Amino acid sequence: MTQLELKSLTKSFGAYKVFDGLNLAAESGEIVVIFGGSGTGKTILLRLIAGVEEPTSGFIEIEGNDVADIAPEHRNIGMAFQNFALFPHMSAFENIATPLRAQNAGAGAVKAGVDNVAKLLKIDHVLGHAPRELSNGQKQRTALARALAAEPRILLLDDPLRNVDAKLRFEMRLELPRLLRQTGATVLYVTQDYKEAMALADRIAVIANGKFIQTATPEDIYLKPATLGVARLFGDPSINTADTKVEMIGKTANVTLGGVKVPINSAYKQDGNRDVTFGVRPEAVEINAPNRAGLVAKVMAVTPLNERTVLLLHSEGGWEFLASLPSSASNIPEPGAKVKATFAASGTHLFDKTTAERLHG
Amino acid sequence: MDHSSTVEKVLRSALITLVLIFFLFPIFWIFLMSLQTNETILRIPPSIIFEPSFDNYRALITGKLQTNAGNIDIAFMRNLWNSVVLSTFSVALSLLLGVPAAYAFARFKFRLGEDIAFTLLSFRFAPPLLVLLPLSLYFKTLGLTNTYIGLIWVYQLICLPLILWIVRGYFEDISPDIEHAYRIAGNNWWKTFTRVAIPLARPGIAAAGLLAFIFAWNNFVFALILASADKQPVTVGALAFVTASGIQYGQIAAAIVLSVTPTLALALYAQRYLVEGLSMGAVKG
Repeated sequence: MTQLELKSLTKSFGAYKVFDGLNLAAESGEIVVIFGGSGTGKTILLRLIAGVEEPTSGFIEIEGNDVADIAPEHRNIGMAFQNFALFPHMSAFENIATPLRAQNAGAGAVKAGVDNVAKLLKIDHVLGHAPRELSNGQKQRTALARALAAEPRILLLDDPLRNVDAKLRFEMRLELPRLLRQTGATVLYVTQDYKEAMALADRIAVIANGKFIQTATPEDIYLKPATLGVARLFGDPSINTADTKVEMIGKTANVTLGGVKVPINSAYKQDGNRDVTFGVRPEAVEINAPNRAGLVAKVMAVTPLNERTVLLLHSEGGWEFLASLPSSASNIPEPGAKVKATFAASGTHLFDKTTAERLHG
Repeated sequence: MDHSSTVEKVLRSALITLVLIFFLFPIFWIFLMSLQTNETILRIPPSIIFEPSFDNYRALITGKLQTNAGNIDIAFMRNLWNSVVLSTFSVALSLLLGVPAAYAFARFKFRLGEDIAFTLLSFRFAPPLLVLLPLSLYFKTLGLTNTYIGLIWVYQLICLPLILWIVRGYFEDISPDIEHAYRIAGNNWWKTFTRVAIPLARPGIAAAGLLAFIFAWNNFVFALILASADKQPVTVGALAFVTASGIQYGQIAAAIVLSVTPTLALALYAQRYLVEGLSMGAVKG
């Protein structure tokens, strides 16, 4: 069942359009990650849904009902803010109890509700503390607990892991999906960390230039990016690119990388003479693969990054690109070595030069 | 924490003592004067050795001022009471009007908002003498001359801008997200205003209220023109001590001691809210 639906939602401040005609339908219990850089209006989108700000045009529907005339306190939404927004004059317990008290729950029900969610988030030992006595991680959990306490139908989480340290962020990235599923709520989760998006999402909605440029599962976003922009946002190190033209030599499609023609996979043989941007993920660069023609390149630098090792390569024609190999691989070359690079089809894409859209969806 | 050397500590204490003496000695001297007669006050050289007497206080409280030229009735206690009534109700009314207005100016952008706020502030620096003549004429017509209500109304010129502008700053410092969070949790805007905005701005409200009280208490010229004897505050009433037969220094001193007491008591009481404000600032994550 569709729990939350955005219909051509538009918000502008004066002449400046933050976003223009957003459409999204989130199923009941689904976790949708809104992913985009800073300044793309992710937080404003959550504010519109919560009702603390009004859209310029378009509709927000919760369970099929337009909520334009429903005040924020009646929307049955839980929201966790990026800056926590705890009530500084109340204890952690009272902070978490706020939504329960607003529903006029009895003292027993309030206590049970707070204890339950506090135990879930492992903050039951600091409930008596004032917010200023909590660590950032505890503040973040308190804010999350407050959003969860009244078991809302819709949860809006605004980059909740932004202000916590790396260790806790890693732990929470593992814990959160289970926790969020347990609530059964429809979750809109805002982040600008692509790993967080991949780890948590049922679907990712990528926002840029005021539009959702792709809304799809994490796998599809990674393997079939809709545009060059999306391909660049997901992946670390990010995708290698080169502006080129598809040329047919016999029946094989070729691209020119630094003056050297390199054959690419057969899917692109109808695209002869087209101006394109060639993209290959560093993970899809193969080093010294047997029986295939490739690009001769010199290894400029070798950087081990935990389980992956990143190579900086310089092709004979002067194209610089990165390759990422498992650190356990036996064929990691020394700096200065000459290698042959080939590109695995699954990580190789062509994007139209003018529209930046990926060819052959 | 404290890395300063002994020399620094001694020097600092000496400086603080000097400053305290500079400011507190006159008050201490006035307190001593209030326990003396005119003769012992005016002897040369002055001395702090004297036989204390409470005659000055007795005279003030009973309202019988003894001078060389005989007894004069003064209404000092009446004046003191007027000051308390005028200042208290003026500040109370200003808080009632000013705090919601300050919230509106801090949170909402509306047409002419800044202009209205600035106009209200301009009352504060308009010279009182400029408005007094028309005001006294209007007051005569409206029958507001020599009434508490009339004076409390005029005192809004002093209190309201002060409270409005100080409290507005405090409201602006509260992150709107905190209020949004309270609303989303299921509370309407009125509850959000009374349970979140006001408690968080309380140090500012206390400071502004105290300041407004002091300004209202110290006002002289409005009350001098717009009220007659039975409604006049202590600032105007003090003129009665300048009599035909001389100035009653001892009684003036006693009157000063009595008239600073309420303000001092209020300041000591409000202090804990002011300090609370300092520790609350450390909250934001």
